[in-house]
Amino acid sequence: MSIFRGRRILAGAMTLVAAAAMTACGSKTTDEGGATGVTADVSGDTVKVGLLNSLSGTMAISEVTVRDSIMLAVEEINAAGGVLGKKIQPVGEDGASDWPTFAEKAEKLISEDRVAAVFGCWTSASRKAVKPVFEKNKALLFYPVQYEGLEQSPYIFYTGATTNQQIVPGLDYLKSQGAKSVYLVGSDYVFPRTANKIIKAYAAANGMTVLGEDYAPLGSTEFGTIVNKVKSSGADAVFNTLNGDSNVAFFKEYKSAGLSAAAMPVVSVSIAEEEVKGIGTQYLEGQLTAWNYYQTTPGAANSKFVAAYKAKYGADKPTSDPMEAAYVGVHLWKAMVEKAGAFDVEKVRSASDGITFDAPEGLVTVDGKTQHIAKTARIGKIGADGLITEVWNSGKPVAPDPYLKTYPWASGLS
Amino acid sequence: MTVLFGQLFTGISIGAVLLLIALGLALTFGQMNVINMAHGEFIMAGAYTTYVLQQSITGAGLSLVVALPVAFVVAGTMGVLLEVLLIRRLYARPLDTLLVTWGVSLILQQLARDIFGSPNVQTRAPELLTGNVALPGGLTIANNRLFILALALAAVAALTLALRLTPLGRRIRAVVQNRDLAAVSGIATSRVDRTTFFLGSGLAGLAGVALTLLGPIGPTMGTNLIIDAFLVVVVGGIGQLKGSVIVAFALGVLQATGEYLTTLSVAKVIVFVAIVAFLQWRPQGLFTLRTRSLA
Repeated sequence: MSIFRGRRILAGAMTLVAAAAMTACGSKTTDEGGATGVTADVSGDTVKVGLLNSLSGTMAISEVTVRDSIMLAVEEINAAGGVLGKKIQPVGEDGASDWPTFAEKAEKLISEDRVAAVFGCWTSASRKAVKPVFEKNKALLFYPVQYEGLEQSPYIFYTGATTNQQIVPGLDYLKSQGAKSVYLVGSDYVFPRTANKIIKAYAAANGMTVLGEDYAPLGSTEFGTIVNKVKSSGADAVFNTLNGDSNVAFFKEYKSAGLSAAAMPVVSVSIAEEEVKGIGTQYLEGQLTAWNYYQTTPGAANSKFVAAYKAKYGADKPTSDPMEAAYVGVHLWKAMVEKAGAFDVEKVRSASDGITFDAPEGLVTVDGKTQHIAKTARIGKIGADGLITEVWNSGKPVAPDPYLKTYPWASGLS
Repeated sequence: MTVLFGQLFTGISIGAVLLLIALGLALTFGQMNVINMAHGEFIMAGAYTTYVLQQSITGAGLSLVVALPVAFVVAGTMGVLLEVLLIRRLYARPLDTLLVTWGVSLILQQLARDIFGSPNVQTRAPELLTGNVALPGGLTIANNRLFILALALAAVAALTLALRLTPLGRRIRAVVQNRDLAAVSGIATSRVDRTTFFLGSGLAGLAGVALTLLGPIGPTMGTNLIIDAFLVVVVGGIGQLKGSVIVAFALGVLQATGEYLTTLSVAKVIVFVAIVAFLQWRPQGLFTLRTRSLA
């Protein structure tokens, strides 16, 4: 065979690889119109709920743990007699880390399975893909992951943190530690770019200097130059919004460049207990994270949650913030339905305000207006054992403010 | 000035990583013309070998030293199995080879997921390799990068010498230059193919061990690397090692410089545009092998 023929075929193969990568970024416009809600089928002695997580593809690593904790909550509720006397029957779908698939599966769960609520999604891209589907059908989604804020759909309950419950407290903590300058490192997509816009506005109003801002494509694992730039900037701290595998390469490079948590701490918002295991404590010890929940968070509710999770899935499986938020979401839905006395979406929504739950992270309260929940912000330090221990918390639950309306410095955003 | 030298070294070390992942491919793709999409998974096998060895050998330094030859043999053996079971039957059908090895790569990824779980795993690096060498003027050079540079250069030197001086190397070169003539001269070409494949895949395993010092260790780590590896070999020119060596370092420095002046994403675009432009000018790559064969 000729050399050139081989190369042409290789070019084809590379296109194939690139195309496979591209589908992950594709988006699908969902047709609007026919805005009649589908009512859930609750005629039998069970009530169906949809679980929509990626069980395959690049996001499976994270989303499988969320699916597991949702299943744990469902089992707990069923063991305690169900919701309004009906046992929960979970219907699982695989979003396959592909946003159009998420929209398709959401439609299927709502129209064909006629579920009373759906729990799931992880990336903002998947949430944005299913949002019109839920709004068109007037169905409910419980979204469990911290995100970039600036959103408030009437048919989504956000049980993870919005920016003023995670990023702003992270900055407050750095400021209280005397940090005068920060360097921003993030993955190149909507969450880090929005987060950094907020951080820059905060810095300008609080006398902090942003010495640099760098983005790496998702999946990028070559951080030599970025770490060089960070190092020569001499910043007091680094704010890290990198996602996925990039974190591993970034922290390995960070340590080899002679940087450390003592000299220049890194605050990360996407590294939870599960990710710590995959990066190595050798590289992470002493670095900071901003979340609302850690496996080490004190309290009886958390001891029970951690014990139940480990008993079901294995003693070596850590619990993390998004898992906890997903678990809380199921319990909050149950409380809302029972307060409303019905599974009807509009009744559940109007019953939601003020619902509280003694969650593993502490007491959480649903804010009916924004459909986010008030939660305590916690800054943690990564220990040599791979667990994260709290070094600071907000003292009381922080009221959700997805549009940062109560922060004067944020008036120019969104 | 310090930054400039720092960046130059970063570029060279990116080049060393590229070289290490491309070196095995320079043998199997460059010399044998087999498009092996599972090459990245042999790199992954090398990385997981390090992880498995660390479960029993606790000393991080010792386990790394042991991992190098073990990973070479593990990945090499996987390569031979792939060659014997599948690729050999498809030598005249490049497109089928590509699809089959693509399938094998997916199977190996799933296998890794089933054995080790889908989250990344961690290995400990020896303390010596997590530090850096301080040079005058505040310049520091990371030890792990130096190690990888040394490993890449040692691998190139060993491979070059083996191809030039040993009887096996002579046979490999003979088969590459003219398979039919080599066969009629009494060389068992299929055995030479198997050995070449063993060496090429083994080098991928070696790269896997080195990469545990730099990046993530997970089921999909190989897919992120395979495109870069093919680029280096294609631009370097097929059938030659020196092309791959020069191109790996040139691309590394171009990437690091571009990234310093602009951003990572833009630097990637610059590199790809440069490659496309170069291949328009020299579609055969930097160096070509002159042969009398008609193939």
